[in-house]
Amino acid sequence: MALDFEKPLEEIESRIGELKKLNEKSDVDFDTEIAALEKKLRSTSKRVYSKIGPWETVQIARHPERPLLRDYIQGLCTEFLELHGDRCFGDDQGIIGGFATLRQHRVMIIGHQKGKTVEENIKANFGMASPDGYRKAMRLMNLAAKYKLPIVSFIDTPGAYPGLEAEARGQAEAIARNLTDMSTLPVPVIVIVTGEGGSGGAIGIGVGNVVLMLSNSVYSVISPEGCATILWRDGSKAPEAAAALKITADDLVALGIVDEIIPEPVGGAHRNMDATIESVGDVLVKHLRRLKKMSAKRLIDQRYDKYSKIGRYKKK
Amino acid sequence: MAWFRKSGRKQLETSDSDLWTICPSCSAHIYKQEWEAGLKVCPKCNHHARISSTERRDLLIDSGTWREYAAHVTTSDPLLFSDAKGPYKEKAAAAKTKTGLKESVLTGDGKIGGIPVSMAIMDFRFLGGSLSSGCGEKITLTAEHAGRHRWPFIILSASGGARMHEGIISLMQMAKTCAAIARLNDLGVPYLSVLTDPTTGGVSASYAMLGDINIAEPHALIGFAGRRVIEQTIKQKLPDDFQTAEYLLEHGFIDHIVNRKDMKEFLHRVLQYGKRR
Repeated sequence: MALDFEKPLEEIESRIGELKKLNEKSDVDFDTEIAALEKKLRSTSKRVYSKIGPWETVQIARHPERPLLRDYIQGLCTEFLELHGDRCFGDDQGIIGGFATLRQHRVMIIGHQKGKTVEENIKANFGMASPDGYRKAMRLMNLAAKYKLPIVSFIDTPGAYPGLEAEARGQAEAIARNLTDMSTLPVPVIVIVTGEGGSGGAIGIGVGNVVLMLSNSVYSVISPEGCATILWRDGSKAPEAAAALKITADDLVALGIVDEIIPEPVGGAHRNMDATIESVGDVLVKHLRRLKKMSAKRLIDQRYDKYSKIGRYKKK
Repeated sequence: MAWFRKSGRKQLETSDSDLWTICPSCSAHIYKQEWEAGLKVCPKCNHHARISSTERRDLLIDSGTWREYAAHVTTSDPLLFSDAKGPYKEKAAAAKTKTGLKESVLTGDGKIGGIPVSMAIMDFRFLGGSLSSGCGEKITLTAEHAGRHRWPFIILSASGGARMHEGIISLMQMAKTCAAIARLNDLGVPYLSVLTDPTTGGVSASYAMLGDINIAEPHALIGFAGRRVIEQTIKQKLPDDFQTAEYLLEHGFIDHIVNRKDMKEFLHRVLQYGKRR
């Protein structure tokens, strides 16, 4: 699937594909032409992607072919022992988690899981977790605290599920409890936004010692469409809202919310999944090594300071 | 979050005579004097109308004991936000003029029946009681203040949720305030939450739900997602009592529903158990 602004890239890519096929079938050598087109593809990609605005970034962040949590687990972990259930009600599939060995580091991974197919998406509720998901995540994080395992939390959700059952079982309470309990976890917590960081649904597993973001991911208090509907009284003003809300990785670093951006390959994570996953692995390991040296007290204090600094009032 | 959407319940209107008030819930005509004396609670249907932070303070705090805390904190505009109606700065300035407040929460300390407490009282009149950087900062500073003095901390919530105009900074106030509550828990300092109409969105999903005891006023709207959003998502009508204080009591998320006139006495009773010993 190509996004509107990606159309020029798609055209070049399909011509390269055709020439490669011809190259195999016929005796004529198209290598020079292919090389020229690939060069053009690179320069066009750079040009197209250097011009994208916040609203285009939202489209990329939601791209169905972006790597999902299970792709990162498969690409980075030699073992993943998934754990199930919140011990209260059920086993939400919008948030999954378990023990993992991430490049030799034993960790607890939790995160939102979207789907690639319609069936997967229905099962995972499009990455919109219910209270059971937030409670399962907290249960696993408490287990990580007991076993002294660092926690890596992957965020990719449109938001917490707005449903009758979710309200009846305490969506608000579940998120609130996580915010409180995550703030005192005695182990390193690394948070990484890989796609959509959707409001309370994101922060509900997002209180960390370090917060990372992929370069084309977004993180916001409300979806641009929702904000446009309320403040512009017109959902089609989402691009304006996306810009005003300051939701891109660059904006969030400037605002002091995000600590480090993980650059995606030119053309976005969906064009080069393997390279994206490798970069994520490198950055995660770097922070794991650093945070593992910190004492429980320092980890808790550093996390408290990180959040209490956000929005600290300065007298003008 | 949608604090400026008109809610189903109409706000009170003064009738022409200025003598009568019409209950927005049951439309009963009530003498204005009786209405004020009854703390803006309808004597016919027990509807609890929204009241200001200063009115709440005067109802709960022993007279002459209130000292405002973190009063210097006011709104900031970290995103330099502007929407269809113009800059957020102007909107915030208008809210200040209208309410005489500097932010959506009034913070301070005082005594309840002689017991010293710290208190944060949200004010729905100020941009829908929305949680902003200033609001989160005031609540956090006051929680830390309560912790230092080992005074019980009480938050009275009245909010549509996070303030969109401060974007991600507002969202992060949920984590910031909850971390401050966690510190009070570690210190063994009581924290009581009073949920009033409405307590929704990011405020319900942070400190409002985390009281040692959660108390609500009758019929208060309390919930995470907006009713309309849920109806659009699940494509079905929601029950009438959905997201009311009574619904939350039934589902195990609050301890008590307490009438406004009894709130001070109730808080005082609870505080006796949380005394340092």
